[in-house]
Amino acid sequence: MSNKMTEFMGWVDARFPATKMWEDHLSKYYAPKNFNFWYYFGSLALVVLVMQIVTGIFLTMNYKPDAGLAFASVEYIMRDVNWGWLIRYMHSTGASFFFIVIYLHMFRGLMYGSFRKPRELLWLLGMLIYVALMAEAFMGYLLPWGQMSYWGAQVIISLFGAIPVVGHDLALWIRGDFVISDVTLNRFFAFHVIAVPMILLGLVVAHVLALHEVGSNNPDGIEIKKNKDENGIPKDGIPFHPYYTVKDIVGVVVFLMFFSAVIFFAPEFGGWFMEKNNFIPANPLKTPPHIEPLWYFTPFYAILRSVPDKFFGVMAMGASIVVMFLLPWLDRGKVKSIRYRGGIYKTALALFIVSFITLGWLGTQPATPLLTDFARLFSIMYFAFFILMPWYTAIDKTKPVPERVTG
Amino acid sequence: MKKIFVICLFVVLPLLANAEGDEHLDKANVDLSNQKSLQNGARTFVNYCLSCHSARYMRYSRMAKDIGLSKKELKKDYMYAGNKVGETMTVAMTGAESKAYFGIKIPDLTVIARSRGPDWLYTYLRTFYTDSSRPWGVNNATFKDVGMPDVLWKLQGLQKAIFKTHKDAEGNAIKVITGYKTVVPGTMSKAEYDKTIHDLVNFLVYMGEPAKMVRYALGVKVLIFLAVFLVLAYALKKEFWKDVH
Repeated sequence: MSNKMTEFMGWVDARFPATKMWEDHLSKYYAPKNFNFWYYFGSLALVVLVMQIVTGIFLTMNYKPDAGLAFASVEYIMRDVNWGWLIRYMHSTGASFFFIVIYLHMFRGLMYGSFRKPRELLWLLGMLIYVALMAEAFMGYLLPWGQMSYWGAQVIISLFGAIPVVGHDLALWIRGDFVISDVTLNRFFAFHVIAVPMILLGLVVAHVLALHEVGSNNPDGIEIKKNKDENGIPKDGIPFHPYYTVKDIVGVVVFLMFFSAVIFFAPEFGGWFMEKNNFIPANPLKTPPHIEPLWYFTPFYAILRSVPDKFFGVMAMGASIVVMFLLPWLDRGKVKSIRYRGGIYKTALALFIVSFITLGWLGTQPATPLLTDFARLFSIMYFAFFILMPWYTAIDKTKPVPERVTG
Repeated sequence: MKKIFVICLFVVLPLLANAEGDEHLDKANVDLSNQKSLQNGARTFVNYCLSCHSARYMRYSRMAKDIGLSKKELKKDYMYAGNKVGETMTVAMTGAESKAYFGIKIPDLTVIARSRGPDWLYTYLRTFYTDSSRPWGVNNATFKDVGMPDVLWKLQGLQKAIFKTHKDAEGNAIKVITGYKTVVPGTMSKAEYDKTIHDLVNFLVYMGEPAKMVRYALGVKVLIFLAVFLVLAYALKKEFWKDVH
């Protein structure tokens, strides 16, 4: 670095910890050297978050949060705004890809025990991000003001009505009206573009800070900080920058290829990312015969519908998300990573993934008696993964964990 | 673990594939690169649809530009309602009026192809049949008891449905349409009429998403750029990681 530059940075560093932050979080943050494919999704989630915020800003410039104008303003963006269609498809596809990335990121945590001590808070912060993201997606989906926007929101908010005593008033308070209306649209817009994104950003910063405090887990589930050289640097660690920054660029490019393929060639993704019925303007007098949320909510929707009683259904749906928060304290396994776990945990995780995906599909289907029975079966499988975890992880036969990371 | 996962996926996938089990629809075979077809469809649209139905998000000028019409052609053959070229395709009939005449608020057609799909539209517009119990004397096999009259009957002619009754597993009699018989011939042959509807649906698909005209070509360029970028990014990663391995 030139003399002038060093001088300048010295001036800044005396007033703001710029170099310190750069070193703490990038150039001297030591990450395990054995990250595999599954470790791309953290940085990808950050990329998608930034993309959603930037495209969101541009959409806001032309979108009108008014029940009489919303649908038309979205079509205006699709037709009359320069590159409006691209910005809108990036945002709508980005929402689905956000969940794909987050689900894979969470699955990585389940495989390698990344939620285990000392990373409990990291997991909890991540779960809060997930919940905030669900709120963000749910409220964003009302904004195009199509039939599915309208009736999806109507169904989900009416669920609050199932809570005894306060339920009805609570639902009324959330909607601000007796049905979903212009009032609801306006407040959802406010939450979607300001309140929830701010919470999300704060949580993401906290998540990254917590990660950098405890250090990253890895596919072997070994704490690299236990093996340090004479300089106090983990022997199995490499500086995040430049090694993982250059590696993550490759990940981002591959991700963008998948992302672009959807944006340019199949933005509706066969009705999975944009529903056909949402191209019909919202009509409060005409209930569609079949109401379904977008795919990322359908596993929980299937759990909700599998319980015959509305109140207990809502409770079961809530529990299916709350139970994920408890993972760090449910797992009693002697090892973290799936590489050294026994057959029981592997089977349990496989069954859990199958039940999650199947519930996701069932949630998109009409609730026929046969499919409801299936939904019940898979809901039990879903909960069994968590409820039985303290028992099956304790008796599972584990393999010895090596001292140093492999591969 | 991986094996179990893959096996389970294969168990679930066939279930997913069976999800779509819709009624039979004829294939519309949309082709947006065919400008002649789009122009023909636009003409049918402005002549037959755009007096009750609006397309209030579609601008005349944008349409002319996208389907290759000069301003003169546009004004002469495609604009009757006294609009200006920069305006959208609105109609004079109000919602209240349409409710009084047809019993419903007539839907706007700008994005109809995105909610109904081209195959449904192609089938729907070819399956009107005479039915004296209906107010307009016609019914539709694809959209039962539809409120819309058979606007294109002069082109297609009037056709009678041939019904066949069979019993389902529970013994209920079910009436199904097995074919059609022309009662009053139209000005077009069947092939000509099918072609007209094909062009109309083609136009409706274009109108549903004008960006479709450019997004495929742009997508190819973006993917080529990313592929080149990937090679460079990977080479960079390899260079840096030399000292790790």
